[in-house]
Amino acid sequence: MATLPATAETTAGPVKTGPAPLRTRLRALPAGLRLGDLLAVAPFVLFAVMFLLLPMSYLVVQAFQAPDGSPTLENFASLFTPKTLDSFAISIRVSGASAILGALIGLMIALAVIRGRLPSGVRAAVMTFSGVASNFAGIPLAFAFLATLGRLGLVTVILKTVFGIDIYRAGFNLLSFWGLTLTYLYFQIPLMVLIIAPAVDGLKREWSEAAATLGASNWQFWRYVGLPVLWPNLLGTVSLLFANAFGAIATAYALTGSTLNIVPVLLYAQIQGDVLGNRGLGAALALGMVAITALANVIYLVVRTRAERWLK
Amino acid sequence: MKRGKPWAWIVFILGASYFLLPLLATFNFSLRIRKDQLTFDAYANVFADPRFQATLGYSLLIGVCTILVGILIVVPAAYYVRLRAPRLRPIIEFITLLPLIIPAIVLVFGYIRLYNSSSLLPMTNSFFGTGLLLTCAYVALGLPYMYRAVDTGLRTIDVQTLTEAATILGASQATILTKIIFPNIIVAVLSGAFLTLAIVVGEFTIASLLNQPTFGVYMQNVGANRAFEPAALAIIAFLLTWGAMGMIQLLARFAPKTARED
Repeated sequence: MATLPATAETTAGPVKTGPAPLRTRLRALPAGLRLGDLLAVAPFVLFAVMFLLLPMSYLVVQAFQAPDGSPTLENFASLFTPKTLDSFAISIRVSGASAILGALIGLMIALAVIRGRLPSGVRAAVMTFSGVASNFAGIPLAFAFLATLGRLGLVTVILKTVFGIDIYRAGFNLLSFWGLTLTYLYFQIPLMVLIIAPAVDGLKREWSEAAATLGASNWQFWRYVGLPVLWPNLLGTVSLLFANAFGAIATAYALTGSTLNIVPVLLYAQIQGDVLGNRGLGAALALGMVAITALANVIYLVVRTRAERWLK
Repeated sequence: MKRGKPWAWIVFILGASYFLLPLLATFNFSLRIRKDQLTFDAYANVFADPRFQATLGYSLLIGVCTILVGILIVVPAAYYVRLRAPRLRPIIEFITLLPLIIPAIVLVFGYIRLYNSSSLLPMTNSFFGTGLLLTCAYVALGLPYMYRAVDTGLRTIDVQTLTEAATILGASQATILTKIIFPNIIVAVLSGAFLTLAIVVGEFTIASLLNQPTFGVYMQNVGANRAFEPAALAIIAFLLTWGAMGMIQLLARFAPKTARED
């Protein structure tokens, strides 16, 4: 363990409590490196290298390698098959639709509970529930929607027997684009509520009062003040929700098995059949996924930094 | 002025029905295992299944290991960065955000390629090794949340004064971390821990690809073979998530604050 006495010197500034006698008592150490400091960061650095940086770099290298080890772009070229392109298209559509709808509905709910003068208990309940529901994803979520809107789901059956509406005959299918989007919204909307609530809180009441004093209508307030302030946040959150849905697989897998052709399901099948398949192809597929989620996250981070100046 | 606006009520009620309907439907569905009567037999079946207990137990064990490893790597690093090297903060923050950028399935794919049975460090060779790999994968998944929680905890206490005071009294760095800093941020650490637990316990993708007998894999298995038990499992999983989140809310009330108001 650390046996060296820790020094109270910091890069933040001079020690405030009796600096002079303290400094003289401490052993002089080479600037920068101290054993205790090294021990403090070593586990984190070791973990980051072994379980984040190395595996990812390894995949990057493999994606550019032919089976014999020579450098190639062949693996990326072989991603351009109808099936793979199709899976990227479906994934992007489902993630995009669930992100945009999730953001809009989440914003509406956040506006309703924060600015709609609902009882304060409602807001607390909505926030707590959002914390739970945003983490209620994966296998159980698929079960819940199968029990609700599956062929024998309760809502399906009630609509059929009580109201005479057969949604499956009308073309609805839980195992389709809209079915998956509807299911994803269950964790996308609450995530949006959690992320956007501070921004909605930041819309100061004085602003709408000032706008009203100047004779602005409600619509004008939102058009010229409210939305422009929220806009960067909205855009950023949409990209975060997009990445969130794009990497999700468990819900889709439990709903549809491997029948729905989305990118993570394709990669899942590729990994399971890894022994037979081309090593580079799977790596290229994985890299394609990371490229898309990374782009979405970069947009989020950039936009969020720009948005923060309004939210003090 | 005090009454809620009508449109707000409409949005709230529509939203509430979208979120409550699947829960009610699932609960109702889970009671219908017998014809013409509502019973809790599906739950009885689930609880009586030895695999339910074994897999849930294993997932909780992995969850606890994940939390311990997570604390071990995050707390000292976050403390060090806050106290001594604020310049390194953006780098550390970026690394902790990586698991949000890299989808879980890609991460485990990298692990399988890097630590498979024919690699330099064949972790997937033994059950223990694979369990360790699973734990590390979950630590990575929880890293963004654990780091945020610990960093928020450190922000609410006066790290610098506490460290100086302890140093004057002759405490070593290890003592400061374990006996002074850690007890002060335990509430924040625990809220990160429960969030990690909520994410980890039902996780499917990574565990399935590593062939680990976890609760998520078990649930998927039941879903593929049974009709009513999955609904019961969904309700149980929802309650588990609710429990973990409830603990976080409860803990938030006990958060100590020693930070100076300046």
